Amino acid sequence: MWEYAPAPENRDIANLKPSYRMFLDGEFVEGAGEPLKTVNPATEEVLAEVSTADKNDVDRAVKAARRAYDRVWGKMPGAERAKYIYRIARMIAERARELAVLESLDNGKPIKESRDVDVPTASAHFFYHAGWADKLGYAGLGPDPRPLGVAGQVIPWNFPLLMAAWKIAPALACGNTVVLKPAETTPLTALVLAEIIQQAELPPGVVNILPGAGDVGAELVSHAGVDKVAFTGSTDVGKLIQRSLAGKGKKVTLELGGKAANVVFDDAPLDQAVEGIVNGIFFNQGHVCCAGSRLLVQESVADELIEKLHARVSTLRIGDPLDKNTDVGAINSREQLTKITELVESGESEGAEKWVSPCPLPDKGFFFAPTVFSGVSQAMRIAREEIFGPVLSVLTFRTPDEAIAKANNTPYGLSAGIWTEKGSRILWAANKLRAGVVWANTFNRFDPTAPFGGYQESGFGREGGRTGLEAYLDV
Amino acid sequence: MSDRLSVAKTYKLYIGGAFPRSESGRSYVVRDSKGGFLANAAQGSRKDVREAVVAARKAFGGWSGATAYNRGQVLYRVAELLEGRREQFIAETAASEGIATKKAQSTVDAAIDRWVWYAGWTDKIATVLGASNPVAGPYFSFSVPEPTGVVGVLAPQASSLLGLVSVVAPVIATGNTAVVITSQDRPLPAITLSEVLATSDVPGGVVNIVTGRTAELAPWLASHADVNALDLAGAPESMRAELEGAAADTVKRVLRARATEPDWTAQPDMSRLRAFVESKTVWHPMGV
Amino acid sequence: MSLRRFLHGLPGVDQVGVEQRAAGLATRSIKKASKLQAIDTAIGLVDLTTLEGADTVGKVRSLCAKARRPDPERPDVPRVAAVCVYPDMVATAAAATAGSGIDIASVATAFPSGRSTREIKLADTRFAVESGATEVDMVIDRGAFLSGQYGRVFDEIVAVREACGQAHLKVILETGELVTYDNVRRASWLALLAGGDFIKTSTGKVSPAATLPVTHVMLQAVRDWHTQTGEHRGVKPAGGIRNTKDAIRYLVAVNEVAGPDWLTSKLFRFGASSLLNDLLMQRRAQLEGHYSGPDYVTVD
Repeated sequence: MWEYAPAPENRDIANLKPSYRMFLDGEFVEGAGEPLKTVNPATEEVLAEVSTADKNDVDRAVKAARRAYDRVWGKMPGAERAKYIYRIARMIAERARELAVLESLDNGKPIKESRDVDVPTASAHFFYHAGWADKLGYAGLGPDPRPLGVAGQVIPWNFPLLMAAWKIAPALACGNTVVLKPAETTPLTALVLAEIIQQAELPPGVVNILPGAGDVGAELVSHAGVDKVAFTGSTDVGKLIQRSLAGKGKKVTLELGGKAANVVFDDAPLDQAVEGIVNGIFFNQGHVCCAGSRLLVQESVADELIEKLHARVSTLRIGDPLDKNTDVGAINSREQLTKITELVESGESEGAEKWVSPCPLPDKGFFFAPTVFSGVSQAMRIAREEIFGPVLSVLTFRTPDEAIAKANNTPYGLSAGIWTEKGSRILWAANKLRAGVVWANTFNRFDPTAPFGGYQESGFGREGGRTGLEAYLDV
Repeated sequence: MSDRLSVAKTYKLYIGGAFPRSESGRSYVVRDSKGGFLANAAQGSRKDVREAVVAARKAFGGWSGATAYNRGQVLYRVAELLEGRREQFIAETAASEGIATKKAQSTVDAAIDRWVWYAGWTDKIATVLGASNPVAGPYFSFSVPEPTGVVGVLAPQASSLLGLVSVVAPVIATGNTAVVITSQDRPLPAITLSEVLATSDVPGGVVNIVTGRTAELAPWLASHADVNALDLAGAPESMRAELEGAAADTVKRVLRARATEPDWTAQPDMSRLRAFVESKTVWHPMGV
Repeated sequence: MSLRRFLHGLPGVDQVGVEQRAAGLATRSIKKASKLQAIDTAIGLVDLTTLEGADTVGKVRSLCAKARRPDPERPDVPRVAAVCVYPDMVATAAAATAGSGIDIASVATAFPSGRSTREIKLADTRFAVESGATEVDMVIDRGAFLSGQYGRVFDEIVAVREACGQAHLKVILETGELVTYDNVRRASWLALLAGGDFIKTSTGKVSPAATLPVTHVMLQAVRDWHTQTGEHRGVKPAGGIRNTKDAIRYLVAVNEVAGPDWLTSKLFRFGASSLLNDLLMQRRAQLEGHYSGPDYVTVD
């Protein structure tokens, strides 16, 4: 046997500091909230202490953002705004390695993903949106679309830096100022981004980053000085936010949960379909709102596909997120691990057939072995609820109509996958699937030029592309 | 004056292409602006709303799947038929809204023209809102606007015809189906419009019209899980927050209303079309 | 006809998908002991090759000496799997490697183009085997394949197989001329069905020669063949694999696509010439802790 020796990225590259402070009005300052300790989910060690905001800090930040909007950013020519945003894009790229290592430490995702996906895509989002800043009149939203004002943004822990980029870049390009709250368990890269924003010499108050838990987020989105709310996270919290903002007149966009169907027809390119399925559900430990968590496979190829899938999943390497050969890293928190475990137990007790990858797991840290349930029926919880973990539910279908009916049989509608070599079937299925992103013969592709967002309870509004600008403009 | 007694019209609901009375058996008196009796209208119930949502959902597949060209022709046909019944609408609008005949004429003309404006949009919207996305990789990626689904429409309270047309036409132009709760006190032009829809080529269920008490019906529409979006145009101001809150339970898209009813004679822009479409992005690899 | 139906019924290969998978696996970071192990494994998988018009007895003898003892200063370096020469050099190679256990591979069948008569190709094969070749690397008739005459390609492989007698048969697909991955998959199955012991990417005379994604597709074929028949067949990428980094990427692909069972010279080979010296330099670097140079390995 040929065992790969550990190939860890050097954690010193992360420049980890013992403590981090929130970024308010251009300065790093202590927040008045209870400091939080952010933990490396792969080792359960405390990485750093991070100061958090309290109600008063939120108010200060919103006021700073308002001042910056009124005095500087809102009236700055788009071409000038663009140059600031380009600077951010470049500086992220310059500090890419540091950000990648820090992201993997704080989040638990494999370094190859933070290095090859999260950080470069974050930089690309700033670069793309920078170019829009002086071209908004060409976005098809009227000749002179105006910014909204102060954007209050709350992001999740699954793509900490990338989600910050998805939120901040379009907001700035459209002329808004920002108060952003990163997730409680993953605040670090957003605060390094704050450093970059400071080094890029953005005027104070244009971007403010306030770590904290859900209460800080609630305070932020409900603050009267916030004109625009953007939230990415669970559907439950999204509904709470939408409800709490009812009648307040703030523009809201929500990017929420999903239970995507990945539909494999019998004429699919099977080896690539297996790769797509693996990428669809085990990318980022399955902590992906658009994860392909329901595999719908045509019965005539189900056995063959599942056999190939088991073989492939068995080769996944689970472990140290900093190891360059790790395919599946750590579950982000104990809380999430408990939730995954509980849903997997429900799958077993409801009679689905569980298969678990034989790969060894580390002794400590929050890890969960890739799991594939077959014989799943639509009525089971594992077919309906978002697990947000490395757990795949396999269902079968007999005809294309049945596939679409099952795929659409969910209150969610964020993404879907189609695997078939037949072009007309792809276009037929893409048309029928009620989902905001449809990947045909691929999965989990993201690009700043391509709008992303959901139907139904997966939220509303889009991020990316020309369509994504609408969320940050008064049109 | 003729000594012949005219045949009075019975105003009913319009659900799934049919004209039922309210299942509740209730009706209410519709008066003109001076308080004179105009007609009895059906007072719809929550169950009528429910039936209307079922009809709208049933019609969604066919209507959203119709070609944009076909939808454009269907909407244009509505304008044609409306033109043919112009006099009737002028009379009803004048009576409902208490406006002079001349103003009623221009209002009805604007309503007809509005159908024509939106009819022309059906096969442009994807071009204007869609995109080919130049992604950084070997993929073909495109985005298209698709109808959101079943849209609950609270029709404007004051502008009984032009306001109604201005909110319903954009909803169905993009392939949505609609459940409309009419102006509470001025429902008659809406019901007559439903007769036009029924005899035009608009498939049954694409537009469903329920008359009755807005405050009673709107919460059922706002909270209905099979309604995908809500247009608050005619929602009483006191209820707007509550309705928006109810809509949050299933993450409905909500088009809010301005504090006061807008001037519906103003030329519309695309905003109402944009409000009830979803952008779908499709990716496919490019290879040999 | 049924052969055509079968080949056209194989699942398609998505170019972007397979290239992405190959690129993804190519980022595996192989360090320290696992790297040293990989280098020694790779050396043992090399079909040390010379296929030049200018080949001479002297050149082939020199190559064989290298094959027996790749690094004269380090006797613990494993010998290579085989030497690979033209038919007229087989006797020389066989004599020069006698007793070493090194296989003698000979290209045959009007290598590299395959453009000759069946009789000549079979005679070429028989001559190589009679001269001492233990392995025959044949080329398929790409013209016949591309024009859909699968039966003709099949029959020719069967005939060559027969002419090989006890010698192992490697079937060169010349993937650079087949162009699409769908064709590579079909040709792989065609060669396996016809009895090839190995499927080999390239002659080395056509660009592109071996690539990682093509090798992925071929590894999938032998893996699936094994799943269906229980038989192990081998894969040989040839041409263009020049350094240790590339070789390790191929080994990772073998390990993770076909499986660790394939990491043996019975089932995997590198058709290469300059690769060996780079492996030797890297091996020294691993053991000595500093980089080696070309003057410290033999040029043969």
